[in-house]
Amino acid sequence: MAIAGFSGGTAKGSSKRNSKGASKSALKGDRKGAIVAGILLIPGLLYLALFFLTPLVQLVVTALESPDASGAIGAYVYDFNVQNFADVAVKYSLQIFRSFGYAFLATIFALLISYPLAYFVGVKVRRWPLLQRMTLVLVIAPFFISFLLRTVAWKQLLSVGSPLLGVLQNIGLVPHDGYFIGTPAAVVFGLTYNFIPFMTLPLFTTLERLDGRLIEAGADLYANPFKVFTKITLPLSMPGVVSGTLLTFIPIAGDYVNASRDFLGSSDTSMIGNMVDQDFLSNQNYPYASALSVLLMATILILVSIYVRRAGTEELL
Amino acid sequence: MERRYQWCGITLANSVKASSSGAALELVNIRKEFPGFTAIEDLDLKINAGEFFALLGPSGCGKTTTLRIVAGLETPTSGRVFLGGEDITDTKPHQRAVNTVFQSYALFPHMTVLDNVAFGLRQRKVDEPLKKAQDALALVELSHLADRRPQQLSGGQQQRVALARAIVNRPSLLLLDEPLGALDLKLRRQMQIELKAIQIEVGLTFLHVTHDQEEAMDMADTVAVMNKGRIEQMGAPEALYDRPKTAFVSKFLGQSNLFVGDVVETNDSAVSINLHGNKITVPVARAEKTAGKIAVGVRPEKVQFHESAPAAAAGQNILGPGEIIDIRFTGVSNQYLIEIPQVGSVTVFAQNVGKSPVVELGAQVWVSFKVEHAFGLADLPVGTEED
Ligand SMILES: Nc1ncnc2c1ncn2[C@@H]1O[C@H](COP(=O)(O)OP(=O)(O)O)[C@@H](O)[C@H]1O
Ligand SMILES: [Mg+2]
Repeated sequence: MAIAGFSGGTAKGSSKRNSKGASKSALKGDRKGAIVAGILLIPGLLYLALFFLTPLVQLVVTALESPDASGAIGAYVYDFNVQNFADVAVKYSLQIFRSFGYAFLATIFALLISYPLAYFVGVKVRRWPLLQRMTLVLVIAPFFISFLLRTVAWKQLLSVGSPLLGVLQNIGLVPHDGYFIGTPAAVVFGLTYNFIPFMTLPLFTTLERLDGRLIEAGADLYANPFKVFTKITLPLSMPGVVSGTLLTFIPIAGDYVNASRDFLGSSDTSMIGNMVDQDFLSNQNYPYASALSVLLMATILILVSIYVRRAGTEELL
Repeated sequence: MERRYQWCGITLANSVKASSSGAALELVNIRKEFPGFTAIEDLDLKINAGEFFALLGPSGCGKTTTLRIVAGLETPTSGRVFLGGEDITDTKPHQRAVNTVFQSYALFPHMTVLDNVAFGLRQRKVDEPLKKAQDALALVELSHLADRRPQQLSGGQQQRVALARAIVNRPSLLLLDEPLGALDLKLRRQMQIELKAIQIEVGLTFLHVTHDQEEAMDMADTVAVMNKGRIEQMGAPEALYDRPKTAFVSKFLGQSNLFVGDVVETNDSAVSINLHGNKITVPVARAEKTAGKIAVGVRPEKVQFHESAPAAAAGQNILGPGEIIDIRFTGVSNQYLIEIPQVGSVTVFAQNVGKSPVVELGAQVWVSFKVEHAFGLADLPVGTEED
C-alpha cells in the first residue's frame, strides 16, 4: 500500500510540474511533459509489476489450489477452490481474532505512549533545537539495534528468575508464582514496544509543525488547557495520528515474531503470522497459508479504508 | 459598570466575567525581560472604560509584548495588570475577559469561519452560539462566507473574521495587534472607518497597536507613543501633535523642524535660545526645559517663508536668510527645503492656494513662525549630545 501510494504521489507531482511549465508552449509542451513523466515512471512500474503484482497474483493462485489426487504431502494442483478461504477462516478464527485484538491494543498503547513523547519533542523543547534533536535521537536510538535482538533481550529480562520480573511480582503486576513470558500481555507489550517509533515519528512530524499561535488563540478565546488540546491540538495533529496508527496497526496485525514461542509468546498467543508460518514451512499446506495471507490482507484493507474514511483524511490513501 | 455577562444565566464561580461594556485597563510599572534583552521598561498605562486607545511605535519597540502581557500570554518580569480595577496579573489567559485580534489572525484552519467565530462562545457555554456568531459575521459583512475555511479567504476577509471572532465575546477589553497591517491602503482606510464604527456601536474598550501614525491619530481617543520599551508620551492625538515632548515623538508623529541651542533668557512667559546668533523664543508653558541646551521645534506647516527680510515683530521667530535647496509638489501642498547657514535645514509646507510667493530653486528666503507654535522638548535629538 505504501508503495502504491508512493507511485501515485510521483505521478501527481510530475504532472503538476509539467502543467506549470506548459502554460507558455501550451499543447506541445504538455505532450512532451507527459512523455517524460511516462518514461520516468517506467522503472517504478516495472518494479511494482515484478515484485508486488507478480507475487500477489501467485499468492492468490496458490490460495485457490486443491490437493493433488495422489494425496502426497505438499503436492497441489491449479484449481478454483474458494473453499480454502472458508476453511482457514473457520480453522484459524481464534488466531484471526487474536491478531486484530492484539494489533488494536498495541496500537492504542503505542499511541498513548507516543503522543506525549512526540508532543514533548515536537512542541515543548522546540525552542532549543539542539535539545530537540538529542531527544529525538534518544527516542529512536534503541531501534538501531536489530528487532530480533531486542525482542530476545526482553525475553531474557522478563523470564522467570530475572530481577525485573521480581520487581513486577513485588509490586503485584505479576503473581508471585506466575510468569510473564508467553502470556498475551507479554506479546502485546513486545508489539507495543517494537512499533513505537512508527507511531512516534509521524506524530512528531505533525506536532513539530503545530502553530503555537493557534494554541494561544484558543487560550485567548476562553479554552482551558484540556479544551485547547481536544479542540485544537488533537484535531490539527490528526494526520499524524492516522498515519501513525496505520503504520503500527498494519504490520502488527501481520507480525509473527513477538507472538512466537521463540520470543515473547506461547502456543496460546499465536497470531495469523504464526499460522501462515506453520502451514507454509511445517505443514507444507501452501493453499491454506496463501488463503490466510490473502484473508489478512483483505481484512486489513477493509478495516483501514473504514478507518481512514471515518477519520476524514482520505488524502492519506 | 462591570456587569456579569448577560448571555449566560448562571455565573459559575470560575467562569470568565465579561461585560457588555468595556472595562478600564491599568498597567503599573510593567517590566519584561527576555534572556539578554529588556523588551519593556517601567511601563505605566491607564485606559479608561470604553476608550479607543492606540499604542503607537516603531517595529520592535515592544507593542506586541505589551499586548501579550495584557492577554496573559506573557508573564511580566515585574509590575501588575489591573482590569476593571481587579488585579489579573496572575490569572490564565482563558480566565481573562480579554480577546485579541492577532497580528497573524491565528484563525483555526480545521474549522469553518462560523465555527471559528463561535469558538469563544462555546467555551463559555453561552446560549445560541451559532446565532450570535452569525450576527457577528453580519457585523463585519461576511455572512455569505460562514461555511468556508479560513484558508479560502483573502487577507482582508481573514482579518474581519479575526475581528468578529474576538468581538462576538463582548470582552471587557479588545486587543488589536496591527490588525490592518496586511491590507492595502484603500482597504485599510475603509477598515479603519468600520473598526471605529464597530467600537462605537458595541462600546468596548479597544487597545489598538499600530506603527502607522496616521491610523493612530485617525481612530484613537488617546494615543501613547512607545519607543524602545517605554512610553514616551500619551495624550489626545491633537495634543500630541501640537505639543510633542520628546524628539522621538516630534519626529514619529508627523514631521518637525528642530533647533538645538543654549537658553539665553527665561522670563515668566518665554524661553529664548541662541542659535549661532539667531534668537528663537518659545512660550514657557510649551517648554519642557528652561535651562541649558534645549531643542525647540515647530511643525513645517506652521512655518512661512518670505522673499525679503520680514520686520522683526513680537511673537514671531525669524530665521534667515537661507537658500531653497529642494521643492516638492505633493498636490495639495508644496514642500520646500531651505538651508540656512549656522541653523541647518528647515522644512516648510505651504498649501497650494496661491498665497505663497513663487520661488525658484536657489532663491534667497527668510522663514518665520509664531512663538506660540514653537515647542520646547525635554530631550535632544539623537546626534546632538549634551555637553
Ligand atoms: N520571546 C522572545 N524572546 C526574546 N526576545 C523577544 C521575544 N519576543 C519579543 N522579543 C523582542 O522584544 C522586542 C519587542 O518585540 P515586540 O513586542 O514583538 O515588538 P513590536 O510588536 O513593537 O514590533 C523585539 O526586539 C523582539 O525581538
Ligand atoms: Mg508586533
